[in-house]
Amino acid sequence: MFDALSDRLRDVLGRLTGRGHVTEADVDAAMREVRLALLEADVNYRVVKEFVARVRERALGAEILESLNAGQQVIKIVNEELTELLGRGDRTFRLTGQPAVVALVGLQGSGKTTSAAKLARYLVKQGRQPLLVAADPYRPAAVDQLVQLGRSLSIPVYAAPQGTPVVRIAQDGVAQAKRTGRDVAILDTAGRLTVDEALMEEIREVAAAVGPSEILLVVDAMTGQEAVNVAQAFAAAVPLTGLVLTKIDGDARGGAALSIGAVSGLAVKFLGTGERTDALEPFHPDRLAGRILGMGDVLTLIERAQETFDAKAAAKAAEKLRRNAFTLDDFLEQMQQMKRMGPIGQLLEMIPGMRGLANQAQGAVDRGELRHVEAIIQSMTREERADPSILNASRRRRIARGSGTSLPDVNRLVKQFGEMQKLMRMMQRQGGRRPSLPFGR
Amino acid sequence: MFWRRGRRDQAADEGRQEQPAGASPQPAAPPDAAPVASSAPPPGGTLDTSPGDAAASGSPRSAGLEPGPAAVPSTAPAQGDGQAEPSATIADGLQASRRGFMARLHGIFRGGAADEAAWEEAEETLIAGDVGARLAMDVVARARSRRDPAGPEAAVRAELERLLPAVPPGPWRPLRPDPSLPAVVLVVGVNGTGKTTSIAKIAARLAAQGDRVILAAADTFRAAAIEQLEAWAARLDLPLVAHKAGADPSAVVFDALDAAVARGADVVIVDTAGRLHTRHNLMEELAKIRRTIDKRLPGVTPEVLFVLDATTGQNGLAQAKAFHEATGLTGIVLTKLDSTAKGGIVFAIEQALGVPVVFAGVGERVGDLVDFQPASFVEALFA
Repeated sequence: MFDALSDRLRDVLGRLTGRGHVTEADVDAAMREVRLALLEADVNYRVVKEFVARVRERALGAEILESLNAGQQVIKIVNEELTELLGRGDRTFRLTGQPAVVALVGLQGSGKTTSAAKLARYLVKQGRQPLLVAADPYRPAAVDQLVQLGRSLSIPVYAAPQGTPVVRIAQDGVAQAKRTGRDVAILDTAGRLTVDEALMEEIREVAAAVGPSEILLVVDAMTGQEAVNVAQAFAAAVPLTGLVLTKIDGDARGGAALSIGAVSGLAVKFLGTGERTDALEPFHPDRLAGRILGMGDVLTLIERAQETFDAKAAAKAAEKLRRNAFTLDDFLEQMQQMKRMGPIGQLLEMIPGMRGLANQAQGAVDRGELRHVEAIIQSMTREERADPSILNASRRRRIARGSGTSLPDVNRLVKQFGEMQKLMRMMQRQGGRRPSLPFGR
Repeated sequence: MFWRRGRRDQAADEGRQEQPAGASPQPAAPPDAAPVASSAPPPGGTLDTSPGDAAASGSPRSAGLEPGPAAVPSTAPAQGDGQAEPSATIADGLQASRRGFMARLHGIFRGGAADEAAWEEAEETLIAGDVGARLAMDVVARARSRRDPAGPEAAVRAELERLLPAVPPGPWRPLRPDPSLPAVVLVVGVNGTGKTTSIAKIAARLAAQGDRVILAAADTFRAAAIEQLEAWAARLDLPLVAHKAGADPSAVVFDALDAAVARGADVVIVDTAGRLHTRHNLMEELAKIRRTIDKRLPGVTPEVLFVLDATTGQNGLAQAKAFHEATGLTGIVLTKLDSTAKGGIVFAIEQALGVPVVFAGVGERVGDLVDFQPASFVEALFA
């Protein structure tokens, strides 16, 4: 479907290399694909219309760069325009005031409470001392939820006595932060519908009473065409300063963020990337552009790799790759490093063209196949790991028994490792095709 | 407006369990005494008190339940009905959506015959309602080829209605193939769609019909999810089976089924943790719950309700497919229809899976749940 946008564009335009320019008909064919793809990503239809018109104009005027074929050229233009759109607005996260006040607002179920906890944890990492303020007295157990999250993070939570008006809760929470020397107060407000005038008035009063330096609209990445109206209604009530885009760890494209950015100029400041409280990331427009286009997010992958990879070990592995001396031992070590980087599905998803594989790989991990691979390698002797070619039938049977797997499992791993070595040699020589993974099919 | 009766009216606040400060059973603590609760819960505990208070403060539960099936007009006159709306808030909300689809269709097709641009705009309008680009193109293409004597607008409407399977008449009842065993309702969906709230509404409705209902708190993952269901159970005065946070959800379900059999309950409603449909192991967990039901009560076909937020865009289809594959959906609950969202993704889901929408969630009060009516949905929702 959407994954194939890059491929589809290449199909439509791919054979035009060498002509020097693309015809209007070619571009129109490509623009139909772009339009469909963006609509499937839940980008607002008006935004899509303008966007396609702009890309069309640029594509018609563009000379084909020597290094790129027409398809790639159009993708490049689309990507640049998307990045530009997503990059609009101010992404600075401002904490001013003693304490600085951050308010999270949004529809029911968009992920405000979870985001509040994540943001608190993020700020602690930045050396701040946040106080979480439970300002949702409506939803049953919403206060409990924040208190429990705070407890699990050892971050204090202000919870007002039952029956306290919401504006008062906010004021008391901020006062509490001041008194206890916390430098940021994070307000978790109740979910509200934009048509609920009483509650929209309430949030207006809360904002007026405590003057947050950041009022973030929490938006579910799965939101459809209504995202724009929701953002505009909230912006009309309170001075929004940005967005938190949540549940981006699913397979939703997050076109909502693009629409809101294009229409209201609000920038995404944070991404919610999972259910754990550490799953919050600062936003990078080029990366979401790639995601919306299905082109991957290599930069985040590299960043995360840098955070978790042992640089020396990685250099060693790279050197071994070059010398064709990459053994199963090295493979095991690489795999263990990968595991530290987070869910493998998420990792693969960041690599262009890997979305399908990503789901498959995550499935393999969830089914414990990666553990099997580990067990198999760990059941080998040193000699066997260094040179799998000595693995005869009897050795393989022993390994299967030792690792609690079956003979076919062992055979598959050995075979796939061999293929991977071959592939790596190929990739050494030139950028090659997609590597297959040492598990699954 | 088939959901209109259930919308929040001017007495909305009582439904949100807010209470006047004076009515608080807790003496209002001075701000200084307010807890910084990284370890201790707030004084008095948040548990149960708020819903309990709401009930005590006279929340007319039975009144909230009235908009049952009987009160649902099967064909709602779209315009005139809205004028009788008791609350300005709601009327405004309806105005907002009325400015939407059909009003635009009227505009587009004014004068009867439609030209190319008008059809194109019709397609856009469907897309704006989250129907999806491909399906919108299909619907418009088929509407065009219909050459409906009633005009283009009727043609589009008919094509949309055709996508929604007919709902059996009468109030919704959970499947109960064996009357000697309880019916089981398993409620699933991604995070934040309104599962727990919908469960409370369904439970209240069944209880009002005289069913003995047991709730099972099988969301053992999210912080305070059990407390949330406990609060509803206390408010509705229904028994609840719960384990500790982090427990195996299948074990909770097993115990709930045991309890239901022992007490001769009519219905067990199972709350599950919200989960993104892309997480294989979490979907497996759900499949396991389903298997637990089959194992503990062989022959009982559980009713599996998928809760879908009406604001969801095209991802809703992927969600529904994944949940259907894992658990075998028997119905859809479309929530938050009282928002400005149109819920158009339902058409694509119906087309792909044929699982009927059985309920529409139209507010936060326990009575804000109505039987879904395809004709009214097309007529009223897009009006």
